[in-house]
Amino acid sequence: MNRERMVNAALLTLLLGVPLWAWATDEPFTITLATRVAILALAGVGLNIALGLGGLVSLGHAAFFGIGGYAMGILASHAQSYTPLMESPFLLEGTKSMPVIWLVALLASALAALVIGALSLRTSGVYFIMITLAFGQMLYFFSISWPAYGGEDGLSIYMRNGFPGLNTLDPIQFFAICFACLAAALWFNARLVRSPFGLALNAARQSPERVETVGLGTFRLRFVAFVISGAITGLAGALFADLNRFVSPNMFSWQMSGEIMVFVILGGVGRLYGPVAGAALFITLEHVLGGISPFWHVWLGFLLLLVVLFARGGIVGLLAGRRVAHD
Amino acid sequence: MTDPVLATKGLTKSFGAVRACHDVSLDLRPGEIHAVIGPNGAGKSTLIAQICGGLKPDAGRVSFAGRDVTHLPTRARARLGLARTFQISALAMEDTVLQNATLGALGAKGARAGLPGLLGDALAPGDLRDTAMAALERVGLAEHAATVTSALSHGQRRQLEVAVALTLRPRAFIMDEPMAGMGTEGSQRMTAFLDGLRDEAPILLVEHDMDAVFALADRLSVLVYGRIIATGSVDEIRANADVRKAYLGEDA
Ligand SMILES: Nc1ncnc2c1ncn2[C@@H]1O[C@H](COP(=O)(O)OP(=O)(O)OP(=O)(O)O)[C@@H](O)[C@H]1O
Ligand SMILES: [Mg+2]
Repeated sequence: MNRERMVNAALLTLLLGVPLWAWATDEPFTITLATRVAILALAGVGLNIALGLGGLVSLGHAAFFGIGGYAMGILASHAQSYTPLMESPFLLEGTKSMPVIWLVALLASALAALVIGALSLRTSGVYFIMITLAFGQMLYFFSISWPAYGGEDGLSIYMRNGFPGLNTLDPIQFFAICFACLAAALWFNARLVRSPFGLALNAARQSPERVETVGLGTFRLRFVAFVISGAITGLAGALFADLNRFVSPNMFSWQMSGEIMVFVILGGVGRLYGPVAGAALFITLEHVLGGISPFWHVWLGFLLLLVVLFARGGIVGLLAGRRVAHD
Repeated sequence: MTDPVLATKGLTKSFGAVRACHDVSLDLRPGEIHAVIGPNGAGKSTLIAQICGGLKPDAGRVSFAGRDVTHLPTRARARLGLARTFQISALAMEDTVLQNATLGALGAKGARAGLPGLLGDALAPGDLRDTAMAALERVGLAEHAATVTSALSHGQRRQLEVAVALTLRPRAFIMDEPMAGMGTEGSQRMTAFLDGLRDEAPILLVEHDMDAVFALADRLSVLVYGRIIATGSVDEIRANADVRKAYLGEDA
């Protein structure tokens, strides 16, 4: 077992152990914090596929996070008020079922990524950053000015959505659901990295000319990566909204995009468990420092600076050393 | 006479005031090694970039495998069977040697499949790995398969460039200084290897190593300031007064 695997296993054990311990000692708030970590790490796993594997610096992933959130909000609000989404040409009702909501969140955010990717991937560098940012902001302002679903105030859901066979109101059970989603995404990400697609995408980040010279299209590779990336972040958005029982335009804000990127950079760009480490540290700092000073973001900024300047591989890089190419 | 596999007609390319390529017409016939020589900055790499699709010519045409490919992107030309090696290595430096070779094998296969598979292991035993390993073996890099590419010497990177080209099983090779940085022994081994390779597919060879060029070339074109000043057999070029003055004379 190489060092990175050991670090990964330790991170996973920690993320599973802390809430279990909190459950045993009856500390529901800590369970909720761990749930936040799992969900935000999931959002980061999504971004890491675009950023770490594809080299696509998207500053608009809040778009997908928000779409996932609103997918949950819209479906659940119609279900709780017993009003259908539409009656013609066919009847479409809301739902309180998580699996259905997830599916809609995945599809809707993938569709958005399809459109945003098709337009933004024709540019690169700073233009790509700006276009993705612009799309995120468009959705942000759209959500504010759309009164049907709460506008600026957002949407509240009275009861957490259900999952067959589980009591989602029990914090530890909801944590288990989120953790399972994260684990599934990590598993998928690990397979993707090893796959022929992952090999080509990874090469396209390092030397696009090489990839074109062997007859593969870099655009197509990046496009598919961007759609997968957006869909995973969208799923995280649906879970996040369910955790808070609330969605608001804030999920679309550029600060949200920035935060997701911070998880990835703090934890280690392109490292499988980077987003897990990053989100865990972020939430811990927010909880510990946030209690001491309202200006904890200053310290976060300082930390981020240190990572960017001295530890490019982030936390995982610091603990596990350089990335080892798989063989 | 058989039709050429590759031909350029009147290729012209300027960078601002620099005319890097001026009315260049040449061809590559089956079974031959056609060497292009010329001093630094003569426009050899610029010519190759236009042939392979990285640069758009200001004027002129490129035809390959019986088609006009002037407006095709690089990847489409590659799929038609054009394999290029770069003067400045264009490899995935963080990846292993085997991963780079596998990328080539993937590209060759992708001609049919479109998008490489999302699941499955790229390096698992199978077609891809066999193709990649066979190519590495041929250039003598098999024992370095698990080495990270950035750890290779410059000469070894050249060998890897050639190996990736081999995985494509192309109809023509376009090689930009495949022997640069190799040392005498490495150069000689590469020379012997290319000598046999011409039977698989013709080679358009840009090279500064004159021993290699004179040993290998069936035909030579001399490029000076973006123009071809002479094309002919090794003996014809050696005897050519213009060439002696403009290029070989510098050494003599
Ligand atoms: N992208 C570019 N922009 C501007 N000028 C360029 C560019 N590429 C090449 N040139 C110029 O065009 C001329 C030809 O360059 P090229 O690289 O094709 O020469 P070369 O024959 O390959 O030289 P070498 O033997 O050093 O590899 C040079 O004067 C070079 O400075
Ligand atoms: Mg050159």
